Amino acid sequence: MPSAVHALELSHVVKRYGEITAVNGLDLVVPEGSCVGLLGPNGAGKSTTMRMLTAQTIADQGQITVLGHELPADSKAARARMGVVPQLDNLDTTLTVEQNLVVFSHLYRVPKAKRKAAVERVLTIARLGQRRDSKVDELSGGMRRRLLIGRALIHQPQLVLLDEPTVGLDPQVRQELWALIDLLRSEGVSILMSTHYIEEAERLCDSVTIVSHGSAVAVGAPTDLVAEHAGREAVEIYGSPERLAEVEAEMAKEGFPTRRTGTSVAVLGLDDASGRAPAGERRSTNLEDVFVLLTGEEIA
Amino acid sequence: MSTLPVKEREPGRLEPTAIGGVLVREIINFSSYWRSTTFSSTVEPTIYLLAFGFGFGSLVAIVGGYDYIDFVATGTVATAVLFSSIFPAMFGTFIKYKFQHTYDAILAAPVDTEELVTGEALWLAMRASVYGCAPLLVGLIFGLEPSWGMLAVPAINFAAGFGWACTGVAIAGWLKGIENFNYVTSAVITPLFLVAGTFFPLTGLPGWVQALAQLNPLFHCVQLVRHAAFGWEGWADVWNFAFLIIFGLLMWRVAIAAMERKLID
Ligand SMILES: Nc1ncnc2c1ncn2[C@@H]1O[C@H](COP(=O)(O)OP(=O)(O)OP(=O)(O)O)[C@@H](O)[C@H]1O
Ligand SMILES: [Mg+2]
Repeated sequence: MPSAVHALELSHVVKRYGEITAVNGLDLVVPEGSCVGLLGPNGAGKSTTMRMLTAQTIADQGQITVLGHELPADSKAARARMGVVPQLDNLDTTLTVEQNLVVFSHLYRVPKAKRKAAVERVLTIARLGQRRDSKVDELSGGMRRRLLIGRALIHQPQLVLLDEPTVGLDPQVRQELWALIDLLRSEGVSILMSTHYIEEAERLCDSVTIVSHGSAVAVGAPTDLVAEHAGREAVEIYGSPERLAEVEAEMAKEGFPTRRTGTSVAVLGLDDASGRAPAGERRSTNLEDVFVLLTGEEIA
Repeated sequence: MSTLPVKEREPGRLEPTAIGGVLVREIINFSSYWRSTTFSSTVEPTIYLLAFGFGFGSLVAIVGGYDYIDFVATGTVATAVLFSSIFPAMFGTFIKYKFQHTYDAILAAPVDTEELVTGEALWLAMRASVYGCAPLLVGLIFGLEPSWGMLAVPAINFAAGFGWACTGVAIAGWLKGIENFNYVTSAVITPLFLVAGTFFPLTGLPGWVQALAQLNPLFHCVQLVRHAAFGWEGWADVWNFAFLIIFGLLMWRVAIAAMERKLID
């Protein structure tokens, strides 16, 4: 059995679509048993990266290793031990919840004697036992997403890829899914999760890689990234748009990074500022500050 | 989460487990729509059979040495096979690829495009093999003489159905939009359908059309079914069957190539 310290590793991976470079020299590591977040704005290359990990997209350059298997040549062996939750729901809508799981227990080669138990296990994890005979069409958005995640766990994978698992769901459903993902984490499953919900990454991920235009711009534990790029505290300064522009110019001169948030400017990186820190409302910094600072994009 | 014991055998190509998984998906799906499909796949050729058999049959009693109704009953077997394999393959593949993203889900599992296409084609071939027998059964009701050779018809249907299913998959993989399917239907399928000796013998057609018909798999399928029912014709039938096999294998590879291009970027 191939030994893998890393559940997956990408180095210098490039993927182009004609003129567009979707992934541009990406380095990414998911250590075994940890949950890594791939954080980036729309079009940063998150889904493309996910698809490369199942060899549904073939990289133009670079190396990809998943669970000790070199991709794309050996991808089938890797796919057998990995679960995938795609960004776009691709459940069989005319089938029932249970039928969907049965189909995937076959596709993922769960041994015959264990299929029934595997289906039951997922129904429990996804809390869909009561709805086993419902057609997917009849489920709520949150139930569908739970089924989509559950389906990826039918064969008890060692590695799970989640592409924006909670996008478009209301906050309560999102928290339900977080509990589900946290459960996987506690069971030692390696996880790569793409998201553009900062809070999601902060809560669930041991480490995040912030991607922008197809390459990693920062890597580390959420708290470390915040400390490194944004400092401990931010100062929010409110005012008219003209005033805010002035503040931005002043702070740029002082060498402090700033971030515009609609009605205010947040001044960051003030740890060594001592007396030079501007007056304003103090708050603690967060991963969102880092994200905006590094990708130049506001959160939608 | 504890891991299931993994059999550490390197997965190869065309694994029965992977193809089986694709088949299981189709079979479970089939349980939800078999009524409508069975209805259309059996009623349509029956209508052709009755309309032509009795309509034309009142004008021409004997064609190519057979009762016209018997001639058409055997001929429409091939048509039933064609329609119940190429159309579901074209539309089903396109819908599963484009709208339901089913293939994305399957290819994320340990299943390769090659196995996916093979599984889909085998499934449609099995279906076509069964549905293709409907006109024969109707023919038997209307006086077609039973014969031992007819027992070979499901096998003939399977071979032809596999080739047509692969053709349908290849077309779906090749074309960009579902609206383009009309071109293929009018320009390819309809001529194939008409110049196959289903409703009238080809002997009345110009020589070049007869020569072209030799390249039409449907023609070979019609020939085989007729000979199965009325008496084998030795090497001619060996060639007819060989043609269907070659057609199937060729289109199988073409379908795989087309889908790989479509599904893997
Ligand atoms: N099959 C494709 N053909 C052409 N361009 C593509 C294809 N897939 C992705 N792209 C392009 O590659 C870039 C990265 O896309 P990708 O879907 O990976 O982004 P993402 O980070 O997942 O974005 P989002 O947060 O919106 O899901 C985009 O510019 C996209 O248009
Ligand atoms: Mg995406």
